[in-house]
Amino acid sequence: MLPNDRIRNFSIIAHIDHGKSTLADRLLERTGAISEREMKEQILDTMDIERERGITIKAQAVRLDYRAQDGTDYIVNLIDTPGHVDFTYEVSRSLAACEGALLLVDAAQGVEAQTLANAYLAIEAGLEIIPVMNKIDLPSAEPDRVAAELAGVLGVDVGDVLSVSAKTGEGVEELFERIVADVPPPAGQATDPLRALIFDSYYDAYRGVVSYFRVVDGSISDGDQIRFSATGDRHEVTEVGVLTPAAVAKDSLGPGEVGYLITGIKQIGQAKVGDTIINAADNNVEPLPGYAEPKSMVFSGLFPSDGEDFERLREALDKLRLNDASLVYEPESSRALGFGFRVGFLGLLHMDIIRERLEREYGLDLVATFPSVAYRVTKDDGTELEVRSPQDLPDPNSLAKLQEPYVRAMILAPSEYIGTIMELVLTKRGLQTNMNYLSPERVELTYDIPLAEVVFDFFDTLKSRTRGFASLDYEPIGYRESKLAKVDILLNGQSVDAFSAICHRDKAYDYGKSMVGRLRKLIPRQLFDVPIQAAVGSRIIARETVKARRKDVTAKCYGGDISRKRKLLEKQKEGKKRMKMVGSVEVPQEAFISALRVDSDE
Amino acid sequence: MQAPNSPALADAAANWTGAYVHIPFCARVCPYCDFAVVQGQDDQVGRYIEALVTEISVGGSWRPLDAVFVGGGTPSRIDPGLLVALIERLAEVHGLNPDAEVTMEANPEDWSSEKSDGFRRAGVTRVSFGAQSFDPVTLGTLGRRHGPADIMRAVERARTSGFSSISLDLILGTVGESLVSWEATLDDALELPIDHVSIYALTIERGTPFGRAVAAGGPSPNEDDQADKYELAVRRLGERGFVQYETSNFAKPGHACRYNLTAWAQGEYVAYGLGAHRHLDGTRSWNVRRFDAYLNRIESGESPIANSEALDAIAKEEERLIVGLRRLAGVEAGERGRRWLAGSAGQRLAEAGLVKLTEGRLVVTDPLKADTVAREIVGA
Ligand SMILES: Nc1nc2c(ncn2[C@@H]2O[C@H](COP(=O)(O)OP(=O)(O)OP(=O)(O)O)[C@@H](O)[C@H]2O)c(=O)[nH]1
Ligand code: SF4
Ligand SMILES: [Mg+2]
Repeated sequence: MLPNDRIRNFSIIAHIDHGKSTLADRLLERTGAISEREMKEQILDTMDIERERGITIKAQAVRLDYRAQDGTDYIVNLIDTPGHVDFTYEVSRSLAACEGALLLVDAAQGVEAQTLANAYLAIEAGLEIIPVMNKIDLPSAEPDRVAAELAGVLGVDVGDVLSVSAKTGEGVEELFERIVADVPPPAGQATDPLRALIFDSYYDAYRGVVSYFRVVDGSISDGDQIRFSATGDRHEVTEVGVLTPAAVAKDSLGPGEVGYLITGIKQIGQAKVGDTIINAADNNVEPLPGYAEPKSMVFSGLFPSDGEDFERLREALDKLRLNDASLVYEPESSRALGFGFRVGFLGLLHMDIIRERLEREYGLDLVATFPSVAYRVTKDDGTELEVRSPQDLPDPNSLAKLQEPYVRAMILAPSEYIGTIMELVLTKRGLQTNMNYLSPERVELTYDIPLAEVVFDFFDTLKSRTRGFASLDYEPIGYRESKLAKVDILLNGQSVDAFSAICHRDKAYDYGKSMVGRLRKLIPRQLFDVPIQAAVGSRIIARETVKARRKDVTAKCYGGDISRKRKLLEKQKEGKKRMKMVGSVEVPQEAFISALRVDSDE
Repeated sequence: MQAPNSPALADAAANWTGAYVHIPFCARVCPYCDFAVVQGQDDQVGRYIEALVTEISVGGSWRPLDAVFVGGGTPSRIDPGLLVALIERLAEVHGLNPDAEVTMEANPEDWSSEKSDGFRRAGVTRVSFGAQSFDPVTLGTLGRRHGPADIMRAVERARTSGFSSISLDLILGTVGESLVSWEATLDDALELPIDHVSIYALTIERGTPFGRAVAAGGPSPNEDDQADKYELAVRRLGERGFVQYETSNFAKPGHACRYNLTAWAQGEYVAYGLGAHRHLDGTRSWNVRRFDAYLNRIESGESPIANSEALDAIAKEEERLIVGLRRLAGVEAGERGRRWLAGSAGQRLAEAGLVKLTEGRLVVTDPLKADTVAREIVGA
């Protein structure tokens, strides 16, 4: 077992696309973890979706053997983390397994919102932060300005900022030396009772649940009897090992070491992320702090377009959930769309990824209802409940209080855009709480703002109004009372559940009008005029009419056409059977589906 | 004289005998047309007529005919002498009842005085002109080769030749046709000495140039516009003594088309030629649609039939109802019709005022909704 002072554990953190995974490539290459032949760009991004989109979604740990310039051998555990705000949770749990963090900044882009957000997370976790400026090879790099910004954020000397190019490998040598010099070695004692933190778990069809852990105290060995402190179940260790990035089994792992564990359990819930692994015999060990559960930020109804696929959708969600603890869902039924699930996501990117995986990996064709946040409702009688779907909102007359989730949003942008941003945020009900100049050219604006305003199209609008220069990060800060309204969409007087939405009263009209307009184009004409209305309570706020069908006859019917004619009618009749009845209105399911699929900006 | 919409006439037609003969030749295929037609094959006319004669002869005798319909394509393109041969063959093989109706379709631009007299002498009693419109722009859009004056001349000549019924086909709702233009078309048609009018709403068929244009995002006929024009036509024709007897057909008393009445009454008819459909002994069958295939089959002594369909009793009754409903006289409801009307779909449509039971007959009250009713009857 290696002495602690030969171990260094750190995460690479940064704003999205600043080059974390590419820098990890260089570190892997430099230590010979990967042969030249096996090397490819962002090798730690192993999922198909990560490779296609060029982003990291899941944090990934890898153990490297580094021989320092003075000839000392070190074990270096690095965790590459995602940069997108939806996956901040992955960053927090990675940091909990480390003593240090490389805070990367793109030398052309400078400090951005997730640079700050992740820096704060690392500071809160008490980690040693090494400031690194990446992409210095870029012609558009502004090393002096960016180094000063980064130093300013961390309150360190500009001279402490390392300059590297993850592309060319420049500066990687110095970086490694800084890591072994500055990142503190782990503190635990091999002789203490075992405490190891599970920071990730996934399900492997052949080996069962594989858990990634970091030993804090004590050691863990092949054949040990262990317990997961939260669940209390005893298990025998059937394999421990490290990822180099290939899995290599070890006899034993000691304090500060990072590795994987297999005990043969099949249920991921038994080895929960954030739980502490202890010795089965120890009864008085204090578990490690662990993590807060990841919190769903947005909810959307997912329905198979073919009702027959409901069970397959359930199975697919169950499988994805094995490796994505942040995915939550419960069955939901809709008159318009049939049976499906109300699914909670970390954000829209997460939602997009899950949908794409369900469609691609499980061959499902899905319809998603408008994403919504979760509201908190207090009823007259004092009972509180969380409403994740507009359908579940109780009768407004019985409501004492209706609250919506707020976030603290941090926007980083060149100072010339302050006016533009303030204007935009105002229309989104944001309240400015702070303004901080990182440098004369760069400003950090902080707002308290409803999550519902930020989570949907806000970022796109922000980007386009600041010509791509603004970045955004946000974190939940609890619930606040708001003037909210539930908008119902009525077809011939009957509400169509899948289209109801909860939104701020001032936005109700826009939503109602656009939905009613879309449906008018999609609902086929009936025997009678069909009013399509948007209503808040009993008040109609928008209305369109699908005029009654006037002509339903083919012009010609010669003797020769009779067989064809009958077949055509039969086919049309078959099509009618697949229609959904809303009251006495016949609506093809496709109309509902298209209404939900049209881009929200139309 | 029997009213064109009388139930007695509608039902009598069930026992009539019909014959259909298809002449596929056209000068140029119109961009909306999906019939079995050929263009640029006029050198094959003689060979084709010979094949028809063979098909008639090989098929053998059936019953004396009450109605013959020579459709197309453009039957008026061929020489009247060739039609003489066909009609004589039909008469020899099946017999022709003394008051038999012999209809031919004709394009106005073909209708010279010589042809007019020639076809009359060949035994044709009724001529149906593909007039389509009196608006030159609309005729252009439809790819037609005649002008309004050709229609007027053709009708006059037909009258002079002594045809007993003259009919015009009109198309409503072509893209670009205004309501005013349609009204003018109706008025112009009604100025002529005609006995019968067929009104068709332009439908876009897949695989035609119009179909492709619409699929590519081009403008398509508008349902409301077509409904307005249809309703105008019903009014205007009614005012001028034309009695509507089917969704698309209007006749002066005594001039209802017997051949079509036979088809709508589920009567039987033989048929010859490219793509022709027949209904015999309870079976519907149809010939191949490809020109060379048809010729090859006949010439090598093979049957030209592409496919057939024998209906069971239930399907047959269903067919009788849905086809019969297109007539203003409606259709004898029978047990099945009554049961359907008493069921939920029937009641819903009855309550909406679309269908009613009158003296034992199911009658669609708004001919523009005939398919709405028929759709509920199939497979019910
Ligand atoms: N020129 C240049 N390009 C770089 C450098 N480092 C990374 N890139 C490019 O920047 C883009 C993003 O790199 P990634 O390594 O995927 O960034 P990341 O920080 O891991 O991104 P996320 O995981 O999605 O947050 C890729 O196109 C890289 O090739 C560098 O030093 N120089
Ligand atoms: S003339 Fe008549 S049959 Fe010939 S292509 Fe035109 S519409 Fe079709
Ligand atoms: Mg990455």
